Amino acid sequence: MSKKQKTKINYNKWGYYFVAPFIIVYVVFSLIPLLSTFYYSFFEYYYAQGGFVKVGPNFNGFANYVKLFSQGLFMKYLGNTVIIWIMGFAPQLIISLLMALWFTSFRLKLKGTTFFKTIMYMPNLVMAAAFSMLFLQLFSNTGGITTLLMDQGIIPETFSFVDKVWPTRALIAAMNFLMWFGNTTILLMAGIMGIDDSLIESASVDGANSFQVFSKIILPLLKPILLFVLVTSLVGGIQMYDIPFVFTRGTGGPQGGSQTVMMYISGLLRTSKQYDMAGTASVVLFLITSVVSVGFFFIFNREEIADYREEKRRKKELNI
Amino acid sequence: MNTKSKAQLKKLTFLDKLPLYIMKLFIYLILSIFAFIILFIFYTLFVNASRAHIDISKGFSIIPGSFFGRNFQKIITQENLFVLEGIRNSLFIAFTSAALTTYFSALTAYAIHQYRFKGRRFIHMAILAVMMIPSQIAGIGLVTILYSIGWVNNYWVIIIPAIASPATFFFMLQYMKSILSHEMIEAARVDGSSEFRTFNQIVLPIIKPALSVQFIFAFVASWNNLFIPSLIIQDGKKRTLPIIIAQLGVSDPKNFDQGARFMLMFLAIIPTIIIYLIFSKFIIGGTTAGSVKG
Repeated sequence: MSKKQKTKINYNKWGYYFVAPFIIVYVVFSLIPLLSTFYYSFFEYYYAQGGFVKVGPNFNGFANYVKLFSQGLFMKYLGNTVIIWIMGFAPQLIISLLMALWFTSFRLKLKGTTFFKTIMYMPNLVMAAAFSMLFLQLFSNTGGITTLLMDQGIIPETFSFVDKVWPTRALIAAMNFLMWFGNTTILLMAGIMGIDDSLIESASVDGANSFQVFSKIILPLLKPILLFVLVTSLVGGIQMYDIPFVFTRGTGGPQGGSQTVMMYISGLLRTSKQYDMAGTASVVLFLITSVVSVGFFFIFNREEIADYREEKRRKKELNI
Repeated sequence: MNTKSKAQLKKLTFLDKLPLYIMKLFIYLILSIFAFIILFIFYTLFVNASRAHIDISKGFSIIPGSFFGRNFQKIITQENLFVLEGIRNSLFIAFTSAALTTYFSALTAYAIHQYRFKGRRFIHMAILAVMMIPSQIAGIGLVTILYSIGWVNNYWVIIIPAIASPATFFFMLQYMKSILSHEMIEAARVDGSSEFRTFNQIVLPIIKPALSVQFIFAFVASWNNLFIPSLIIQDGKKRTLPIIIAQLGVSDPKNFDQGARFMLMFLAIIPTIIIYLIFSKFIIGGTTAGSVKG
């Protein structure tokens, strides 16, 4: 008996060996760099005179943070990023939800759904940089689509997709939309198919119309997946880089209107070697992402959280 | 009574179903528009990759041209662009990263699934928590450290971090929970197999479907990855394909051959599309299995 127990303990030791590579690599390549970013955001640390003279690291408190916000660039680029994200995500959510409902509807019984799903998911696996360059080729002032639309008289001869703020943003958002709506549709479909059919059937028998079924039954039950879609899209959207970088040839587009935060940070790191400001900007971005994600979590689950608190309070009262 | 109501039902069906038919028509129309847009984009990419510079500037064509070979020749021999090297570098990084990601995520998930060691629950929760940390933002710290110690142009600092992939770990763990029984492992132990061998020779073959899906995802993600590699790699010959594309865009000579440029995009995009079309069923399945927590 005691021998058997001993061997069992030996087996469990292997758990440590097997998780070790993962943990070590995570700590060395992600955790320590992340913590060091936090740490150095309180230091003056950059290269001056074309990158030859190293300044710092010298502790300077919150000076980097003050500088980041007083310069105003960070807020502008954050604004750009959020605007472009919403321009792509809002239609994406609506279209994906509609398509997911259509694909799963028993009443419609659509044919060829596999074909449509396969096509719509395809852009998700495409290299964003190449996809963006392709769009730039087609929508540049001499590009195929621009020329075609001008010849058909759909847009005036003076129109340009790449020289104006909003058309540029719209195209970047459109690329994000095309790359992600198939993925979102499939996620939402999985969610809808997970809903018990009898719920929907009994509601229909009771005289609920399709809109009521959707808003009163499907939507509330889809909440966890909607939250997942929202948060992953937000985290991805905040880090938007490849598409706007290539589409604006690294310039940030007309009037810097499509310069994203990640483009700003990469410029600080690589071009002007301001490690302190790059770190500070990424810390702020990290905090914003976390706060918004957690915020969405609470908004989506506010009823459950209220219930949980109520229950806890009752238990406490009972104990007393 | 019964037959009468049935007849009534039949009579009404066409008129009743008319709105449904109209709606279905409308839905098919919308779906077709989206499918058309996507197919048009990729078809144009293919057609333009096979056309000469002058023909492309004239506008669209449905018929492919005869410049496919010449455009290919042109782009891979283009000076200072190193496209051939780029493809080789991208393949190397993507293969090694994907292999490391799948193997070590499976190993870690197996440890959490199979063994009851102290701190197991904590490690499990910690990995799930860090899944929400934006990877590129975390990568900036790494790049800063690498810059300060002068460690650039090194592939291994891109490849090694692939060992710790929380999302792949999560997927593997879900899969193991559904398929791997502790009795199987016990049987292997009775037969005298060491724990490491049990994992490699018994567990890995069982979870092969999950391994292949995750390998494809990891490969595609690495193949397409631009941000961190573009900060780490600066030497021309060491660049990966996405970096070459981004830099060609930035330094854009207006007179750069359009056909060759489309060929470059074609080379970057088509491999993933082919992989996708072969494995689309598993890939679409993998999307939901990995992320929907129910």
